[in-house]
Amino acid sequence: MNFREYKIGSRFFALALGGSMTITLLMPSFDINHVNATEVAMDKQLWAGAESGFNLDDPFLLGWHKPLKVLLKADPKTGQPMEPTYAYVYEKGTTLPGGILHPDNLGGIAKQLSLEKGRIKEADKNVGAVFLVKADEQKRYYIENATATMGWTPEAVEKTAGDANTLHAAAGKTLFVREGCWWCHTLLPEQTQDWQVFGAPPMLGDFNGESPTAFGSDRKAPDLLHVGSRNASKEWMMLHFFNPRLVQPHSIMPRFDYLWGPVDANGKKIDFPKWRAEYNEYREGKRVTPPEVPMYARNSEIRNLIDFVLTLK
Amino acid sequence: MLKYLMAKNEDIPSGSAAVYFGFSAITWFVIGTGLGAFNAAKLAFPDFVTGLEFLSFGHMRQVHVHAVIFGWISQAFAMAMMYITPALGNTKLWSEKLGIWNVILWNIGLSLGLTVLWFGMTSGREYSDFPWFIDLYIATFIFIPLGINVWMTIINRRTQGIYTTNWFFAAATFMVIIVFIVGNLPEFFHLTGLTEAYLTWWFAHNVLGLWITPVAAAIAYYTIPKVTGNPLYSHRIGHLHFWSVVVFYSTPAAHHLMSAPLPEWLKSFASVEGVLILVPAIAFVSNILLTMQGKWNMFVENLEVRFTVTGCLMAIPLNMQGGFQQTRAINWYIHGTGWIVAHAHLALLGFSTFLEVAAVYLGLQTILKRKLYSLTLGNIHFWLLLIGFTTYWVSMTIAGLIQGAGKIYEVPYIDVVIAEHPYMIARWIGGSLVFTGNCFWLYNMWMTARTGTVIPEGRMPHELAYER
Repeated sequence: MNFREYKIGSRFFALALGGSMTITLLMPSFDINHVNATEVAMDKQLWAGAESGFNLDDPFLLGWHKPLKVLLKADPKTGQPMEPTYAYVYEKGTTLPGGILHPDNLGGIAKQLSLEKGRIKEADKNVGAVFLVKADEQKRYYIENATATMGWTPEAVEKTAGDANTLHAAAGKTLFVREGCWWCHTLLPEQTQDWQVFGAPPMLGDFNGESPTAFGSDRKAPDLLHVGSRNASKEWMMLHFFNPRLVQPHSIMPRFDYLWGPVDANGKKIDFPKWRAEYNEYREGKRVTPPEVPMYARNSEIRNLIDFVLTLK
Repeated sequence: MLKYLMAKNEDIPSGSAAVYFGFSAITWFVIGTGLGAFNAAKLAFPDFVTGLEFLSFGHMRQVHVHAVIFGWISQAFAMAMMYITPALGNTKLWSEKLGIWNVILWNIGLSLGLTVLWFGMTSGREYSDFPWFIDLYIATFIFIPLGINVWMTIINRRTQGIYTTNWFFAAATFMVIIVFIVGNLPEFFHLTGLTEAYLTWWFAHNVLGLWITPVAAAIAYYTIPKVTGNPLYSHRIGHLHFWSVVVFYSTPAAHHLMSAPLPEWLKSFASVEGVLILVPAIAFVSNILLTMQGKWNMFVENLEVRFTVTGCLMAIPLNMQGGFQQTRAINWYIHGTGWIVAHAHLALLGFSTFLEVAAVYLGLQTILKRKLYSLTLGNIHFWLLLIGFTTYWVSMTIAGLIQGAGKIYEVPYIDVVIAEHPYMIARWIGGSLVFTGNCFWLYNMWMTARTGTVIPEGRMPHELAYER
């Protein structure tokens, strides 16, 4: 290598690559670091939890150790009726989301309010915690650790809300990642032309604490960022997931009937071959109506996925 | 092969690692394109193989992508490096043994990685889908040993200068390690939000720009002069190509997120840098085509030259698209549509693959000292690849333009799906042709190794192409 040109060349190479990484990595990181979390980002990281892709708490992406989003209509401590409020329940052992573990992630005023008024630093994974998204008088949003401020325990909140008001959205987002929904459905209405059909594109601070963001790049199907605002029907979602051609004859979406698991809501075994045979008869015009789609069980994966889709407001 | 794992380096025949990498790469190419055709069938006929989780589109798509990138393309690169690097340094490969270990560990790691992806264990980040333990494995047991072998061979060369191809090989193996480690920082350290989104595309952009594109081009800088016997048209233009790849191709990562709320200065900067991709592109294409002067008959007669020049010609539309489709003026129309899918296949299945196929044909015949078993099968392979790819590219480009029109005129989405249907069928046919061609290729190379005519010492395989 004792050839002068190559010494100069190596130094220039380091300069070129280092310069490129300074501009494309270091400089944007200053900007992105100063992005303040919006209300959307707080809500999203609290319902989605720390990580929806591969992680050691949930290595097989089966929805283990995930938070719940619940609608409370009564105070879980006193039982008194109250204004309906969404709470985010982290049972004991569930990893806390990015903004709680690293309040810097929330940025500026959101961090300060969440620490001082919301007492988020007192949340403890080993005990569990309940969070709320709150706004002060000046409409500045912050996260409140309701376990510290009001003594709400995860158990009491879950019990007060009841199963009907519980959304397994975090486990559902895991399915969104595992089943590859994002290979066709983007989560990013584009700034230029998607406003009317798919809704407002996200803002700068809407992603703080979210992982993975799963924007998607290859849109073969409608954008889903605001799908829950367009269609909030659980029945439609159920038919559509079981066999998309039941509600949209031209859809190219795969069937997700396998997410029902072996049994339906009544614990009865689902006979998939029979269903498919009857469906084929319907398609060939031998039946007037398609076979009935079985109601999914409370703890089935499809319930989580539907909860996730309906959470995308 | 296994007996070489524990053998002394001197006892391993020269070129063994390249041969194993070559056959391994072709096998992954067959698997990868087979998966691609299978996935395309699902997009054309959604009820084709239905109701099975592990054969659903969402589980298979990323397996196809990673099988072709890390199985076919990267192993073909490794194959080329294992025989071209020493040839250009007038020496032997630094360690055949390390090369053999590399090919074994590569296939173990890749099989494991594809299996976990197949089961849905993914990071949820496009192109860096592998979970972090696979990323670490790939950096440690795949790219670092490959890099060491290439760098040590170049350091121990017996020529004074370093030829263009070897600058690219040495730099690209270094850069892909950096890209792998930096691009996966979100997984190693759980970085979230926009940082995660941006680094995902920083990785995806640079793994193409600093690994796949430059190494493919470097291969052409070897094959064309070697087979035609013409010296490279201009080493100066080679310099321009090398330095402009490092400077201009490593900076536009943000142009993949033109519609996302990233800092505006970053998107504008990326967009301008993105147009400058035309500098290395024009340098490369003109250099190769000018090297062909006086030997254009070989474009018709010689298989390796035909593959390489076709790949170079495809670099023209590729870089014209790549340079301009990312500007705001055009990106808003085609972003997220089939146009991009067509462009990605033009880069990987068109430009890059055609150059690597030539290197694998040439390398296997040279190392094995055997003439191609059947030139007819070779020609069939070429035409199936070219017709299959073109069918795919044209149909997906049209589908993308339909999607773009549907997007800006806010047509109900299902009408776009209906309009795209014929092009999805064409895409599946195109992919199936490519897969079929590759099956012929694997058979042809296998038979070449087993029964090909022995090439006498001192002759090049192409000199014998028409001799019986």
